[in-house]
Amino acid sequence: MGKKVALTGNEAAAHAIRQINPDVVAAFPITPSTPIPQNIAQYIADGKMDTELVTVESEHSAMSACIGAAAGGGRVMTATSANGYALMWEMLYIASGARLPIVMAVAARALSGPLNIHGDHSDIMGGRDSGWIELVAENSQEAYDNLIQAVKIAENKDVMTPALGAFDGFNISHSIEIWEMEDDDKVREFVGEYEPLFPLLKTEEPVTHGAWAPPDWYFEHRMSQLKGLLNAKDVVVNVGKEFGKAFGREYGIYEAYKMDDADYVIVAMGSVCGTTKDVVDSLRDNGVKAGLLKLRLFRPFPYKELADVLSGAKAIAVLDRVSPAGAQGGPLFNEIRSALYDANNRPPVINYSYGLGGRDTQPVHINSVYDTLKKIVETGKVEKQFDCLNLRGAWG
Amino acid sequence: MALLNDLAKKKEGLVNGHRLCPGCTHSVIMRQALAAADTDKYDIVIAAATGCFEVSTGLYPYTSWNVPWIHSAFENAASTIAGVEAMYKVWKKKGKTNKDIRFIAVASDGGTYDIGLQALSGAIERGHQFLYICNDNNAYQNTGNQRSSATPFGASTTTSPNGTIIQGKTQPKKDIMSVLEGHHMQYIAQASPSNWRDLMDKVKKALDVNGPTYINVIEPCTTGWGFPAHKAIEIAQLAVDTCVWPLYEVVEGKVVINYKPKNKLPVEEYLKPQKRFAHLFKKGNEHLIEEYQKQVDKHWEWLLKREESGISY
Ligand SMILES: Cc1ncc(C[n+]2csc(CCOP(=O)(O)OP(=O)(O)O)c2C)c(N)n1
Ligand code: SF4
Ligand SMILES: [Mg+2]
Repeated sequence: MGKKVALTGNEAAAHAIRQINPDVVAAFPITPSTPIPQNIAQYIADGKMDTELVTVESEHSAMSACIGAAAGGGRVMTATSANGYALMWEMLYIASGARLPIVMAVAARALSGPLNIHGDHSDIMGGRDSGWIELVAENSQEAYDNLIQAVKIAENKDVMTPALGAFDGFNISHSIEIWEMEDDDKVREFVGEYEPLFPLLKTEEPVTHGAWAPPDWYFEHRMSQLKGLLNAKDVVVNVGKEFGKAFGREYGIYEAYKMDDADYVIVAMGSVCGTTKDVVDSLRDNGVKAGLLKLRLFRPFPYKELADVLSGAKAIAVLDRVSPAGAQGGPLFNEIRSALYDANNRPPVINYSYGLGGRDTQPVHINSVYDTLKKIVETGKVEKQFDCLNLRGAWG
Repeated sequence: MALLNDLAKKKEGLVNGHRLCPGCTHSVIMRQALAAADTDKYDIVIAAATGCFEVSTGLYPYTSWNVPWIHSAFENAASTIAGVEAMYKVWKKKGKTNKDIRFIAVASDGGTYDIGLQALSGAIERGHQFLYICNDNNAYQNTGNQRSSATPFGASTTTSPNGTIIQGKTQPKKDIMSVLEGHHMQYIAQASPSNWRDLMDKVKKALDVNGPTYINVIEPCTTGWGFPAHKAIEIAQLAVDTCVWPLYEVVEGKVVINYKPKNKLPVEEYLKPQKRFAHLFKKGNEHLIEEYQKQVDKHWEWLLKREESGISY
């Protein structure tokens, strides 16, 4: 039987990795994910896992070594944040292009500059088109559960695509919460053995990994890679069900919180969803039909499913934990709006940036979003398509 | 060392049909290295950095490699092979293989002296078992002969061109061997495909070390250096005979010079046949050749003194 523990999100991720016991971990420290490689090193030193830990000299080398190890033939994991993730950038595309099912924990953090070590989604949103599966957690439990599932999703023969399990830096990575840790053998049984395809180390069948593709082949490679990524959507659902059977917590691609009859809907990812649920509860107590659509799977983006569940709303606010960076809005906003374009009912959609660089987002801020949504429905007018939550002074 | 006859019959790890320029020595060096590997005793797995050699031998849907080979990027041959080697340790530990596998990373000067230096340094410090071979062709040849920190003084490249007021590269070449010496590897060496027995000996020795080793190999580039395609090995020999490219080993910190030319040729002999140095022979540029000679002599004398001292770590 699993047991309830009171530990941080980083510890949840580290325990998941210990229990998965991958063949190789190559990692480099960066706040807020540093405790993950630290804990792994301690588990290895204490004989609690027998992973080969490669303590590389940079994150570029971390992902390079992960690629070498995965192509060598075996299960490979790593962890990073922010600038470390950015330094991996080049190699993220190469890992997915090589169809190596590496799994990475990301304690999501702001990108410099200015330097800021706190939580936001600049890293994982910056790398959203790198071909990785992206799962985002609301809390430590999900951080733990997602990493375990990510292994099975990434290694699925129809997917063979690297996956990251993200959780908000500090809000989750450094907060102690009570969550359920499953038994080691149960987790190992759940993830099962991995049979690598075309391992380099099978020297009797020499393979070439990483040949370059000229214009008459590159396109086909990219599209076949895309199929693998898209296949992940159904696999995420199936693995989420299996996980539910094994451990009693079932997962899908999103969580619809009080969405059945919701008029005013927030769409968000990550730890802000916890706060939002509380606000939804109190609004519901006051007869306001508020709802939350918490997205769990950002890549591949489940646009059809989201359009279906959202098109009944009267007004929608999408919360992005990044700056729109010159786009019409944040990435989640743009994708949600685009998904709704084909819906029969197209509710107005507005966008907020929130929580940048660890800025607090409190119930009062979430309440203000629902207030704005109500006003939009009442007046039929959108005053501001984009706004900021808890920013000094008014935006725009 | 095996007889030439036997070597000729050995199964090749790098086969014909690659797209290197005719006369390129990248393939010559690798074939010598793979011929030196004692493949009755162990298997070889290779990681390559982006560059001429990689693009010419691994072009989908073809491959010139008969041994397991991986390319992932430009600056990370060392960290890529480190990952493969880490996985090999796991395979051994878990009984997934009982084979003896040894690892080679191959890159040129760009991927070694410059953008790949950090990954190389890190992988050496961590002590992975791998031989790193740098085929030094003195510039970024794959992208069209841009200067690198391995480009010698005075050489004209596309980013250190000869012009009316600047005559080629103004800085001397980086002494990468000394940089790597600081890592206190058991074995590092410098070699040339012109002295192939020496090169093969070095590769064999390096592959027998259970840890990181490094061999710096001069890789004459017909296209970038500007000499006729059939002259590459001659150019390499001239580099050796002028002491532009001394053949030596550093074994546990002790310098062993493997070849001392009886008649040390003036650098002009090496510079003259190469277009990249043509401007040095223009009237008024004599001082540049003098400077070149000075740099070569200084380094050679320093090596001789180190050998004489017999000092090791
Ligand atoms: C990060 C990165 N920067 C730049 C390049 C472009 N590039 C590809 S090969 C190359 C030069 C290779 O030089 P070198 O390592 O000396 O190999 P050579 O082609 O000379 O054998 C460059 C600059 C790249 N592929 N990746
Ligand atoms: S440019 Fe030089 S190094 Fe590159 S393939 Fe041609 S000869 Fe070889
Ligand atoms: Mg070069």
